[in-house]
Amino acid sequence: MHELSIVMSIVDIATKQTQQANALEVEEIELVIGELSGVEMSSFDFAWTQGIRDSVLKNARREIIRPEGKAKCIDCDAEFTIHQFFDPCPYCNSHFVSILQGKEMRVKSLVVK
Amino acid sequence: MCVTCGCGTDHQHDHDHSHGHSHAGEKKVIDLEQDILLENNLLAQRNRGYFEGRNIFSINMVSSPGSGKTSLLEKTLTDLKNELKFAVIEGDQQTTNDADRIHATGTKVTQINTGKGCHLDAHMVLHALQGMKPPADSILFIENVGNLVCPAMFDLGENERVVVISVTEGEDKPIKYPDMFHTSGICVINKIDLLPYVPFDIEKCKEYALKVNPNLKFFEVSCTSGEGLTEWYSWLKERVLTEA
Repeated sequence: MHELSIVMSIVDIATKQTQQANALEVEEIELVIGELSGVEMSSFDFAWTQGIRDSVLKNARREIIRPEGKAKCIDCDAEFTIHQFFDPCPYCNSHFVSILQGKEMRVKSLVVK
Repeated sequence: MCVTCGCGTDHQHDHDHSHGHSHAGEKKVIDLEQDILLENNLLAQRNRGYFEGRNIFSINMVSSPGSGKTSLLEKTLTDLKNELKFAVIEGDQQTTNDADRIHATGTKVTQINTGKGCHLDAHMVLHALQGMKPPADSILFIENVGNLVCPAMFDLGENERVVVISVTEGEDKPIKYPDMFHTSGICVINKIDLLPYVPFDIEKCKEYALKVNPNLKFFEVSCTSGEGLTEWYSWLKERVLTEA
């Protein structure tokens, strides 16, 4: 359940931003959680409902952007979509791939009031 | 138009305030683009600086429970105690049992109890370091909570992440728990003295692991028979030398 730690980090970030903006609560929060980030969304949702209680996020509308995994083959330079770290290059079958996208975990934006 | 709250396009108001702050009761959009784990990653960098300044090579040991992390440490610390300096941070949900085992080898050790927590984070390690003050020019083992999932995401500031797997587990662990194998640099396959008695296919295991992480380096060891430990020890010794 590292998802709870993730949620609590988001609550900390939101609390800090709300205070800095002299606002009272978050109306909307936009998150970017890549498909290769290692976050299990059902666990995340469960942790979210628990984690935001009595916080500035308790009434917030949450939007999650989920970038898919993209990788570049180090052997043949092809770029392709991957769903698992062990997916090989579909062109040359190499496992020497570098991840271009999908591992991100960001708070993209907040609307506070 | 006020870029922070959007006011000003379709109505007029007196500018007796400066824009760029929040207006009480009004909305403000914050384009943050902040990494969720930024706080952890900053503390990890701080730990990394501490290690660098003191020439400490730190190793984050991760595995499922029961793969033999503590046994590998006990054996390593006992065999190399006259050649290298060590310190150990033990992470477990409860008890000081592992720290007691390490303490018995004569090595400086601190136990972190995470309570209900399933992983160590950089903040816990920072406090452990402040309390224990590991010796300079040493190897610091940070034994993470036995869990192949959660610790993968948390940088502790370590120089190397070592994942331990034992032959009594399934050889497909690397593809069942790819995140951990993806983020590790070294894979220790432990308990190889049991290979004649278990259906574990060691080549298959390595093949799976290399699919997840083609740069992974392997050590095949047994803490019971001592097989393969020489290579593991040479690797450790090189780490302190090359860092000096």
